[in-house]
Amino acid sequence: MIVLRRVTPQLLTLAALAALVTLFFPDFLRIEVVDGRLVGPIMDILKRGAPVGLLAVGMTLVIATRGIDLSVGTTMAITGAVAAWSITQGYGLGGALALLAGVLAGLWNGTLVAIVGIQPIVATLILMTSGRGIAQLVTEGRILTFSHDGMAFFGSGALLGIPAPALLWGLTAVAVALLMRRSALGMLIEAVGVNRAASALAGVNATVLLIAVYVASGLCAALAGIVATADIRGADANNAGLWLELDAILAVVIGGNSLLGGRFSIAASVLGALIIQTVDTGILLAGFPSEYNLVIKAGLVLVILVLQSPNLAHHWYALRRAAQVRRERAMGAAKETGR
Amino acid sequence: MNPRLYPLAATIAIFLLAWVVCVMQFPYMLSTRVVGNLLTDNAYLGIVAVGMTVVILSGGIDLSVGSVIAFSGVFIAVMLRDSGLHPLAVFALLLVVTSAFGAAMGWLIHTLAMPPFIVTLAGMFLARGAAYMLTIDSVPIDHAFYDVLDDAYYLMPGKGRLTLIGVVMLLTVLVGMIVAHRTRFGASVFALGGGEATARLMGVRVGRTTVAIYAFSGLMAGLSGIVFSIYTSSGYPLATVGTELTAIAAVVIGGTLLTGGAGFVFGTLIGVLTMGLIQTYIVFDGTLSSWWTKIIIGLLLLAFILLQKGLLRVTTARAGA
Repeated sequence: MIVLRRVTPQLLTLAALAALVTLFFPDFLRIEVVDGRLVGPIMDILKRGAPVGLLAVGMTLVIATRGIDLSVGTTMAITGAVAAWSITQGYGLGGALALLAGVLAGLWNGTLVAIVGIQPIVATLILMTSGRGIAQLVTEGRILTFSHDGMAFFGSGALLGIPAPALLWGLTAVAVALLMRRSALGMLIEAVGVNRAASALAGVNATVLLIAVYVASGLCAALAGIVATADIRGADANNAGLWLELDAILAVVIGGNSLLGGRFSIAASVLGALIIQTVDTGILLAGFPSEYNLVIKAGLVLVILVLQSPNLAHHWYALRRAAQVRRERAMGAAKETGR
Repeated sequence: MNPRLYPLAATIAIFLLAWVVCVMQFPYMLSTRVVGNLLTDNAYLGIVAVGMTVVILSGGIDLSVGSVIAFSGVFIAVMLRDSGLHPLAVFALLLVVTSAFGAAMGWLIHTLAMPPFIVTLAGMFLARGAAYMLTIDSVPIDHAFYDVLDDAYYLMPGKGRLTLIGVVMLLTVLVGMIVAHRTRFGASVFALGGGEATARLMGVRVGRTTVAIYAFSGLMAGLSGIVFSIYTSSGYPLATVGTELTAIAAVVIGGTLLTGGAGFVFGTLIGVLTMGLIQTYIVFDGTLSSWWTKIIIGLLLLAFILLQKGLLRVTTARAGA
C-alpha cells in the first residue's frame, strides 16, 4: 500500500505517456501471441528497457548511499567483452566470468570510495575513462562475435512467452527489492546515505556496506552487459552500454530518488527506466523524428527537477494547504446555506 | 614552497618527465612541429577545460559542454549555409546563445537548489537535441573567411606552425588565469568551492556568482565550438561526444581539487597537454593500440587523485599540529 503511494507519480506519468502514444499509434497496447510468444509494442519496451532497468536497480542502491556510479556503461562493455571472449576461446562459462568481472569492477569502485575515500563521482570516473580501453584490450579492438545458444537465450530467448531480458530484469528488481525491504539492509543503506559518520557510530558497518552497493551495481551492470552482448551475439567494446550510465541515473531521478542519498525505492527507479524506454519507443511509434527524443528527455528532467526541488517544496505545500483551506471553507459555506 | 602549489608542481614535473622520456625515444618530439600540432589538436579541449576548471573550482560540474560544442558547430554551419551573415556575426550570436544557455543552467541550479550534475545533464540532452533538430547530417562549412582562419599561422623556427586556434587557446588560458586568480569574481568562485554557507557569510552573492560561473562555462564551450568548427571545417551533431569527461579528467590531472576550492587554471593547460602528449607518443610509437591511451589516462587520473589525497592529509596534519 505504501509502495503504491510512493510510485503513484511514476505510474501516472507512465499511464499518461501510454495514453499519449496510443493517441498517435492506436495499436500500442495490443499484445498478440505469435509462436507461443507475447508480441507487441509493450513487450518490446519491456525487452529493450532491460539494460537501463538492470542498471537502475544497482544505481538506486549506490545513489541511496549518496554516491553515484558513472562506470556502469563501461562495466557493461567489459563484462560483455569477457563473456564473448570466454565463449570464442571455448571456455564456456561466459555468464559466470562476466559476473565475476562485474564483481571485480564493483570491488574496485567500492574500495576507492569506501576505503581510499575518493568522491564517488571521481572514483567511478577512473573506471569510466579507462574501462573501454580494458574492454578493447579483451576484444583486441574487434567486435567479437559468437554463436552460443545458451548465451543468445539471454538476448532473444523467451520463457512462458515472455522475452528473457524482460524476465531477467523483472526478477532482479523483485529479488533486490525484497532483499532490501524484507531485511534491514535497505534501512542500513539509507542510514549510511543520510549520514555516514552517524550511522558508523550507531554500529552500522558503513565501509562494508558501501563496497557492497558498488559490487551490487557492478553485478547489475554485468547482467546488463550479458543482455546487450547476447542481443547482438557479439561484444562491441566501443558502443556497448555507451552513455547508459546517464540513462540509469536519469531513471533513478525520475523515480523520485534524491541524489543526496537517503530514502530510495527500487520499484520507482524501475518505473523510471520504463518511462525512459516508453518515451524512446513511443516517439518512434508515434512517427515523430527521433531527433526530438533528447529534447523531450531534457524537458522531462526539467519538470521532475522542479517537482523535486527542496526550494519549491514549501511552495507546493502552501498550494496544497491553500486548496485544503478553500475546500473546508466551501464545505462550511455549503453547511450554512443548508441550514 | 607553499603546500598549495604541490599538485601544480607535480603536474608540471610529470609533464616534463613524460616529455623527456618521449624525446629520449623519439628525438623528433622536441621539434616545433610537434609542439605546434600539440597546441592545434588540443585547442578546443584546452578552451573548454578552462571553463570546466572554473566550474569545478566552485564545487560544481558541467556535463553539457560536449553537447554545446557540437551544437555550436552545427549552428555555425547551418547559419552560414542558410543566411548571408558574416561568420563574425554568427560567432557573436553563438557566444550570446551559449552564454545565455549556461546562465540559465546556473540559475536553475541556484533557484531549484538541485545538484549541478543533474541540471547540466538535462542541459546536455537539450543541447545535443537542439543540434539534432538543426540537422542530422554533417554540414560542411564553405566560406572564404574560414579559409583565411584555417590558413592563419605563424611559422616557427623549425617549420612548426603556431596556428590561430592554438594561439586562441593559449590566450584563453591566460584570460582564465586572470579571471580565476586576479578578480573579485574569481575570489567568489574559490569561496563558493570552499563551502556555500561560509561563502554566503563572507558576503559572496551566491546566486549571481553561480549564474556567472555557468555562463562563463557556456561561453568557453561556445568559443571551443568555434575553434572546433575551424579545426574540422564542418558542423556535425554527433561530434565531441564525451568531451565533458575528457575535460574533467584534464582538470583533475591539472591538479584542481574536484571538491572545489583549490586549483589552478594553468595546471589545466598542462593536464590537456599531458593527455595530448600521451596520444602523440602512441602515434609516434605506431605499435601501441589506441586503447592504451584510455587506460593510461585512467591510471594518471588515479595517480593524481591519490597524490592530492596524500597532500591533503599531510597539510591538514601540519595545520593540526
